[in-house]
Amino acid sequence: MTSIDTAAAKRAAEAVPSIPCDAEGPVFREPWEAQAFAMALALHARKLFTWPEWAATLSAEIKKAQTAGDPDTGETYYRHWLNTLERLVSEKGVADATTLKRYFDAWDHAADRTPHGAPIELKPEDFS
Amino acid sequence: MAGHDHDHDHDHHHEHGSELSETQLRVRALETILTEKGYVDPAALDAIIEAYETKIGPRNGAVVVAKAWTDPAYKQALLDDASKAVASLGHMSRVGDHLVAVENTPQRHNMIVCTLCSCYPWEVLGLPPVWYKSAPYRSRAVKDPRGVLADFGIDLPKETEVRVWDSTAETRFLVLPMRPAGTEGWSEERLADLVTRDSMIGAGLAKKPEELAR
Repeated sequence: MTSIDTAAAKRAAEAVPSIPCDAEGPVFREPWEAQAFAMALALHARKLFTWPEWAATLSAEIKKAQTAGDPDTGETYYRHWLNTLERLVSEKGVADATTLKRYFDAWDHAADRTPHGAPIELKPEDFS
Repeated sequence: MAGHDHDHDHDHHHEHGSELSETQLRVRALETILTEKGYVDPAALDAIIEAYETKIGPRNGAVVVAKAWTDPAYKQALLDDASKAVASLGHMSRVGDHLVAVENTPQRHNMIVCTLCSCYPWEVLGLPPVWYKSAPYRSRAVKDPRGVLADFGIDLPKETEVRVWDSTAETRFLVLPMRPAGTEGWSEERLADLVTRDSMIGAGLAKKPEELAR
């Protein structure tokens, strides 16, 4: 298992200066933001990209969003982060847009057939 | 991920499916692909999230509890309609309509289980601990709540009844822990420091004043 600790998170926050932080490190508004952050840390640990490369791609995503009218209030920061993840995963040949869409649809299907209050799990039939 | 192992009575509504936002779907899709391809280890992701669990969400519950301890009218309003009372503090935008506050007393200790999908009010309580989602914890908390509490180092008096609440998408719970002794005259702000996440799910008690200094 790739070991990842808060020191790695601190290094990420230093390398990518716009990460929302308090005195002790990154803060998140919603659980999915922490998940997206954790995935970037894990992929960086696997050397899929360097932090300067990440920062450049993220900054391009933010510019693109601003051009499209993003209010840039900080609340959308992790949306850009998620776009960056998808873009790098695709550019590095891990999963293309079609694959991402297939899994997206499968999870949507899984949520749809799962009663409220039960854990949502992905099953092979969700891909059909 | 844990299976659906509820072995107790509950009234989850089964006529509606669950819903995930577009963003949540994208995050789940990525995580599944990266896990299947061996790029990420779900346990490693959990470890990162656990390291930041106190940094996720606004955790306004402590403010709510401290206010209820000092203001009897607010406490009554909270027990009457927690969604309304919590929203009246003004800093929570998405509490949901069905938050219920349950009060711990010397006669009764309340515990909350079942934190699946959207059931858990993380906007109020912060993120649940990772262990809280595990199937063994949930089933044991229902069968042997006193034993689970003992594992957390909490020995309740024999005469205290333990009541377990099953959180659902329809009704979510906030435990109002007992105010610790020796805190007479404390400000709301100081009291809020005593309110832990675990005390608001009934898996712990509020800190004692002497535990703050440690």
